[in-house]
Amino acid sequence: MGILEIEKLRKHFYLNPGLLARVVGKKKPSVIKAVDGVSFSVEAGEILGIAGESGCGKSTTCSLITKLLEPTSGVIRYKGQDLSGVGKKELKAYRRQVQIIFQDPYESLNPRFTTFDLVAEPLRATGNEGKGEIRKKVFSTLELVGLKPDEYQNRYPHQMSGGERQRVGIASALVLDPELVIADEPVSMLDVSIRAGILDLIRDLSQRLQFTCIFVSHDLSILSNICERLMIMYLGKVMELGTIREIIAEPLHPYAQALISAVPIPDPSYKRPRPRIKGEVSQPIDPPPGCRFHTRCPQGTMEACELEDPPLKEVKPGHFVSCHLY
Amino acid sequence: MLLDIHNLKTHYQTESGTVKAVDGVSFSIAEDEVFGLAGESGCGKSTLIRTIMRLVPGNARVSAERLAFRGQDLLAMSDHDYREKILWQEISLVPQSAMNSLNPVHRVGDQVVEAILAHSDMGRREAAARVVSLFEGVGLQAGLTHSYPHEFSGGMRQRAMIAMSLALDPSLIIMDEPTTGLDVLVQERILRKLAEIRRQVKKPKSILLITHDISVIAEMSDRIGIMYAGRMMEAARSLELFNEPFHPYTLGLKNAFPSIKAPDRQLISIPGSPPNLIGDIPGCVFAERCPFAIADCNHVFPDFKEVSPGHFAACIRTDHIDEFRQRAGDKSTWESSKSKS
Repeated sequence: MGILEIEKLRKHFYLNPGLLARVVGKKKPSVIKAVDGVSFSVEAGEILGIAGESGCGKSTTCSLITKLLEPTSGVIRYKGQDLSGVGKKELKAYRRQVQIIFQDPYESLNPRFTTFDLVAEPLRATGNEGKGEIRKKVFSTLELVGLKPDEYQNRYPHQMSGGERQRVGIASALVLDPELVIADEPVSMLDVSIRAGILDLIRDLSQRLQFTCIFVSHDLSILSNICERLMIMYLGKVMELGTIREIIAEPLHPYAQALISAVPIPDPSYKRPRPRIKGEVSQPIDPPPGCRFHTRCPQGTMEACELEDPPLKEVKPGHFVSCHLY
Repeated sequence: MLLDIHNLKTHYQTESGTVKAVDGVSFSIAEDEVFGLAGESGCGKSTLIRTIMRLVPGNARVSAERLAFRGQDLLAMSDHDYREKILWQEISLVPQSAMNSLNPVHRVGDQVVEAILAHSDMGRREAAARVVSLFEGVGLQAGLTHSYPHEFSGGMRQRAMIAMSLALDPSLIIMDEPTTGLDVLVQERILRKLAEIRRQVKKPKSILLITHDISVIAEMSDRIGIMYAGRMMEAARSLELFNEPFHPYTLGLKNAFPSIKAPDRQLISIPGSPPNLIGDIPGCVFAERCPFAIADCNHVFPDFKEVSPGHFAACIRTDHIDEFRQRAGDKSTWESSKSKS
């Protein structure tokens, strides 16, 4: 059983037209199905990658897991406990165990806080440790992320480089000893030469501190380097889920195939196959019935593709695809 | 040579000192060539574009031994002549974040028409017809010229900017991070479209492609230049640069860059961070982070010299390159330079 189990999770946002549009234009409210029936589980200790283009629902899924948003329907189970009916006290405990590493270390750190305060803040906000304990914990966490406490504790964000800032961001996520860490594009704002260091840090710490990690990124080359399993989303649905090796070597879903073949390769002699995908990503507003991808699918469409939403099927052990071809 | 730059310097005078944003850069672009310029933030690539496009602010001091476009000295040219003869007609720019480069209150097509009217003697009707064909060239339907920017997706806006840059059929298009922030499928399509346009148009087009994404550079460019801290570190034909790099910084970048084709390869970051560009660095700007640096690297200026035909590198230790290439794949090599600093 996984540490986190998600079943048929949905988050719909309703767009209500203005009074005038309703009366004169006879416009009906429309629905954005940001996350639409997503089921997966995260095993304790693994790093699960979530990939997809903008608007695919990967960030909304994370917001639902961290309880920053309430789901429209569906179940999130953390260590077997359903999160929908938990009280305030349990929610607080849950939030201590589930932490986020944010994308932008330039925006996500309060510029008026020193490194010490930034890392101490989660302890102060959620716990009841004494001053001495907080100090000890902050120092040991800074050591963990590779920042010398004496040198860095009094620095403000503007006195640090992007890589150092992201290390502070990681420290403030880890200071509570979380069991589940959600990393939302943690290296996309960083320069190439320091990315590898942050990726190593997250990988090493996840083994040493034994936390589980959900790593969200649009960059499949980065994901291929850090995670064990990969989930590819498209317009609020899971398209494919399996070990990253299998998916990259042999993607099954036509969308996964298109996505993986579009990733640029740092090799000038590489010749890219011609893409066969049509059109552009549509919006998840009032999506048509059938498969979300059928309008762009290069495989041609069967009748079922237009009528029936393909369920997520296990086609090989541990490898799931939602496509009528399989 | 289409564009020939030798020892270009752009220094900004600020209250805290002189910032040497571009400090002695040399490279050239031939006719019908894609030159990819890679570098991390703060390496001076944007200042370089601004210098060529004459968009530098008043506190900038520009000097060069040579800054020539088809033999014409661009430094000596008056602003008026530059605007009338070069800008848009010979050199055009696709700016970074094309997302925000379009005016939200004007129709996209009209904005391209304005650009044409401002820089050529075309009439309005002729210009409008030209815009329609430009839009079709980049894969946007003719009817979309009447749309407003907010009706476009990111990829469509980027293509509209590329259409605008092609408006007066220039010989050189400078593209500043043209696909950064776009999804991979959209990026792929834009890069493909660009290659297609270059094949189709009659007048040969060169592109100066600037990005931090080495994979994009690798796929698109004929030749590649690597910049760091205001200086050009290495320049060579793409295959050579990737297969036989001569500069330790290039070796480091190659190590740090992930590839979906090699998920097992261990990524190695370059320890430290780029130097402060205020003040004098007499030796190599990369010495502080370089695992192969010796004492001389800190005070001997590395000339940008030809290490093999058409392959330039600014490193005083290129005669040890075989050893460096061998050791660069080892993580411990790079960690040793961390403990040094």
